[in-house]
Amino acid sequence: MTRLVVEQPGALALVEDLGRPGFARLGVAASGALDRSALALANRLVGNPDGAAALELLVGGFRARFDGGGWFAVTGAWGSVRLDGRVIAPYTAARAREGSVLEVGLAERGIRYLLAVRGGFDVPPVLGSRSRDTLAGIGPEPVRAGDVLEIGAEPAASVPVVDVDVAFPPPASTVTLALRPGPRADWFTDAARQALFDAEWRISEQADRIGARLVGPALERRQQGELPSEATVPGSIQVAGGGQPTILLADRPVTGGYPVIAIVAPGSLDAVAQLRPGQAVRFRHA
Amino acid sequence: MSRRLLPSGDSALLIECDSLEEVLALHDALAADPRPGVVELVPAARTILVAIDPAVIPLESAATWVRRIPAEAGLRSAGAAAEPVTIPVAYDGDDLAATAALLAVSTEALVARHVAAEWRVAFVGFAPGFGYLVSDDWPFEVPRLSAPRTHVPPGAVALAGAFGGVYPRQSPGGWRLIGRTTAELWNPESDPPALLAPGRRVRFEAVGAG
Repeated sequence: MTRLVVEQPGALALVEDLGRPGFARLGVAASGALDRSALALANRLVGNPDGAAALELLVGGFRARFDGGGWFAVTGAWGSVRLDGRVIAPYTAARAREGSVLEVGLAERGIRYLLAVRGGFDVPPVLGSRSRDTLAGIGPEPVRAGDVLEIGAEPAASVPVVDVDVAFPPPASTVTLALRPGPRADWFTDAARQALFDAEWRISEQADRIGARLVGPALERRQQGELPSEATVPGSIQVAGGGQPTILLADRPVTGGYPVIAIVAPGSLDAVAQLRPGQAVRFRHA
Repeated sequence: MSRRLLPSGDSALLIECDSLEEVLALHDALAADPRPGVVELVPAARTILVAIDPAVIPLESAATWVRRIPAEAGLRSAGAAAEPVTIPVAYDGDDLAATAALLAVSTEALVARHVAAEWRVAFVGFAPGFGYLVSDDWPFEVPRLSAPRTHVPPGAVALAGAFGGVYPRQSPGGWRLIGRTTAELWNPESDPPALLAPGRRVRFEAVGAG
């Protein structure tokens, strides 16, 4: 049995898979890895099914020791990945030996690494998923120094020969996200709806798995009054009383009482997971 | 009865109704006429989110399905057919006397109305397994506490606005506490994990403080 002994979790290390859709009616969001394509890529690199549980490492500063040998891959954020001091090329699978030490440095591009191990992390599922929901407090606890993570049985698929060419690091400059109309776009003035697309926004320091706040012009409402709480989908851009938008993400509350002006299209949602505080964002029509 | 279909991305529709009553009726009607590819119905105070798998059912087909539900359909019928769940309550909540005084009734009368009413889970929110309960038999509007508690114990039976509720686990909360139950409202190890799902009928039963 191979295990990963975490010596240093970094800012926040969470076990995540593709989440637990279908429980919103009971008050539980789907959760799951914020950058789902990075999760799928990391898993494919080591021959796992796309949804095997991996570690989502915020910012980096992570160090762990392999108890037993095994394959691993790090995707998502772009930064220094070293195995026993030796540099591992980004987005590639590498084999750790018994006792090998994996170090994931501070992210230089993007902000969330996905670390997959061949076999996946074998922690007990909750409601069919091994994802940590940081708002509902469901799923495996955040990883602490000294934690030992069991690694599951080898999957049937072999470690594929790939394919570094397909991988692009998260952009360092302005990111443009595609938007679809939100259910409450008509609650906003024409000027506000225009400003959403004209302005250059910045990601605030208040950005986590629940939502990412944007800094920019205040989006004024045409319709005042309170909105009875209603269910939201991932990527919903809700606008609070002061006019500041927030992109709601995987661990958002299942219902919200602020009007949703627009929704980040599925193809742009993974990019939100990699936005760093202060980074510039623009929106375009999907 | 009118309903509006609002956009909610590539894999959901948001249906807006005029009242919670219509939400309950439409939720029942939709639940009684399921379609492949409809992943989930998420009711709220005035809306129902219809979450779909676009690989199985196109959004437009889901919209047609919703539009074709007759206006009068489901008025208090389908989803509520299951037997009501009975929740035993020791009516000794910290706010019981003050709440009764606020409503100008005796504590006995307040408890009697709470027990006599047939409740229904309108929607779930705030926390996993926290059902917002409504009842035609419940005449009271209960203001929230001006200062919410930082710790409400699990099983606290509470009132706010026109709603009843039970806290599934310890959390902050601004509802007025009238009792407590030993019933397990939320257990992710159980199937289903929540005692109260939308549409479920609920009765409260007074038991001795113990």
